[in-house]
Amino acid sequence: MRKSIILCGVGGQGTVLASRLISSAAMARRIPVLSAETIGMAQRGGSVFSHLRMGEDLYSPMIARGEADLIIGFEPGEAVRQLPFLAPEGQMIVSSRPVMPVTAALSDTGYRAEEMLDYLASRVSRLTVVDAEAALAAVRSPKVLNLILLGAAQRCGALGLEAKDLKEAVRRLIPEKFHALNFRALEYTP
Amino acid sequence: MGNEAIALGALAAGVNLVCGYPGTPSTEVLETVARRRGENTYVEWSVNEKVAMELAGGAAYSGARALVTMKQMGLNVASDPLMCLEYIGVKGGLVVLVADDPGPISSQTEQDTRTFAAFSKVPLLDPSSAEEAYSMVQEAFELSEKYGTPVFLRPTTRVSHGYASVSVKDPEEYAVHPVEGFVKDSRWVIFPKLSFANHRKIEERNAALQDVFSASPLNRTEPEDPLLSGLRRGVAAGGFSYTYVMEARRKLGALRVLKVSTPFPFPEKLAVEFLSGLDEVLCVEELDPYIERELVYICGKYGLKTRILGKMTGHMPRSGENSRDGVTAALAAFMHLPVPHEEADNPPPLPVRPPVLCAGCPHRASFYAVKQAMKGRKTIFCGDIGCYTLGNAMPLDMVDTCLCMGAGLGIAQAVNHLENDRSCFAFVGDSTFFASALPGVVNAVYNQAEFTLVVLDNSTTAMTGHQPHPGTGRTMMGDVVEKVSIESVLRGIGVTAVETVDPLNHALAVETVRKIADLPGVKAVIFRSPCVALFRAPAQAAVDPGKCIGCKKCIREIGCPALSFRDGKAVIDPAQCNGCTLCAQLCPVGAISGGEPHA
Repeated sequence: MRKSIILCGVGGQGTVLASRLISSAAMARRIPVLSAETIGMAQRGGSVFSHLRMGEDLYSPMIARGEADLIIGFEPGEAVRQLPFLAPEGQMIVSSRPVMPVTAALSDTGYRAEEMLDYLASRVSRLTVVDAEAALAAVRSPKVLNLILLGAAQRCGALGLEAKDLKEAVRRLIPEKFHALNFRALEYTP
Repeated sequence: MGNEAIALGALAAGVNLVCGYPGTPSTEVLETVARRRGENTYVEWSVNEKVAMELAGGAAYSGARALVTMKQMGLNVASDPLMCLEYIGVKGGLVVLVADDPGPISSQTEQDTRTFAAFSKVPLLDPSSAEEAYSMVQEAFELSEKYGTPVFLRPTTRVSHGYASVSVKDPEEYAVHPVEGFVKDSRWVIFPKLSFANHRKIEERNAALQDVFSASPLNRTEPEDPLLSGLRRGVAAGGFSYTYVMEARRKLGALRVLKVSTPFPFPEKLAVEFLSGLDEVLCVEELDPYIERELVYICGKYGLKTRILGKMTGHMPRSGENSRDGVTAALAAFMHLPVPHEEADNPPPLPVRPPVLCAGCPHRASFYAVKQAMKGRKTIFCGDIGCYTLGNAMPLDMVDTCLCMGAGLGIAQAVNHLENDRSCFAFVGDSTFFASALPGVVNAVYNQAEFTLVVLDNSTTAMTGHQPHPGTGRTMMGDVVEKVSIESVLRGIGVTAVETVDPLNHALAVETVRKIADLPGVKAVIFRSPCVALFRAPAQAAVDPGKCIGCKKCIREIGCPALSFRDGKAVIDPAQCNGCTLCAQLCPVGAISGGEPHA
């Protein structure tokens, strides 16, 4: 089994942690993993992505256009930006909630999330839109969008991992006091 | 992570001393050492790369194994001791970890440490993956001791920050490297005569290393598919680009490949074998056309007819990072295969996302206070390297210059000498203050310059992920120590006007800047407020939509990412707000409440 996964969003949304959880879960199942992510200045509110590949005989963690089996979009605009990487039969999980850049608030050049989601719906046959507002309200925390999306990705089968693999990864990588909240987010279904 | 693999490799090699200065993408090497070290390893964040290199040299003089870590910009700072160390040589193994940053993603330059290796005569290992980096750091210590020279290990961002499954040794299997201790000997004192003698030895050694590296499994060739017809072609690659080549080769057909893991000294004999019988070679590498130049030289030296293509011939991009798709397209073009074309699609216009200061960042408040205090005056705001470089973004627009660490002080002084009527400011972070601002302050005081030094003290090295520095009172060995006081340092140098203020108390901050800016000579404002990413205030601010008049002053003035405008009112995103209250302090109708008060 070879899988190529892209996580994308805006710096600060928790893509890096989500990517590490997937890596850790896969490695615990002895699946070789290669990944690469954005660290540094771009993390401060810029567009960020993680490329993650699992399986045998891989050289590069970077994913080519049209090669991703799964894109997890933490933000509708960022999902559109990464769409060229999605394989023709690839799956996409995307959060419905836009994060407006500061420049948009300054000059009234904001964009509409609906337009992005419509565009994705017209191009991606296997698309799951996660209603972020409802999900965050249900788990009672504004800061766990990453685990909510990860749970949705797991349930659609595109990670090739089981729910318990991710829970174990949470136990390994996240401080204990946040476990309950993160499990709630992982298990959230609308 | 590649950087973690390097750290674990160094620990497995029994490294005795690890030091460095933070810099993306190198930082996690030292952090991992600090987390995973045993009692035989000393670790510190040094005040800057030059000091770190000198410590590492001292350790190697004493027979210890030393690792010094930095990014490529830091190597410029450390180049003085390193250039000399190469001439003096080492006893214990000295590995110089320099992470390069093609792109550049988080750096000022796209300089290539391979070229620096050739310039400094220091051998260099260039890993393509985390796994290679893990084994190479151990080989680098062996090489360093065997040949008595520092050795570079040069990952690039994608290797340093790439994750891979790597099998590593358990701590019980780690080598123990006994430290002999310093032995007095004239070999440690550099003099022209010694340098002349050692220079000859260095050149002889590096010539010998070319043969050693030609026979080493570090460098290798992959055979071509004999069924490929037409011209005989090959690819020479190094570093992370090698992985792009090997992925593309799967799709396009197996070209002969030369993997160069030791660009300096270059494995010349192996390269001659690789080139023999080939009509054309494409060089796939990032930053300088280093391999390309070497191959062109070898073709000239041996009278080979092989055409060498790459950056210098326009077949590969001259700057920026390589990519899977870019390398695949370049190889397809090189092989005269159809280049995969992209289907034209018209996505809706995408938002541009320049990086910005975090919501609640005290630097935003500091810049805004200076901006308000100096409104209408003739000014220059000299910025520096750190999170606060982001003060350049609209609407703050408070960085007129940014060059390299500490440079803002020199620039401000020069502008003041030439334009007395301009109010000159130099902004510097707390870590940068200790790393590279001190000579600039001494220079200004002694040479009678006039400018305002603004120290943005958020009590950490924030941009690289919160490393301690002399002002934080913590060391990487886990000790709590006396802080070095920025105020005392400045007063000790002779800066008499030094005022410390909380930037989140906006009115007081503005008043302090006004007062200090009008004083003669060198004077300083220290804005002290901790990094929000480390110390999040428990409270969040909110807009009362009943009171908000939709004037957008909060959005227009400070550009906080938590603020947006919806349905004619300002809105605060609770997921981002840290309750700094700067927006509340400037709201003309008091529509914003909550947050942590700073009055």
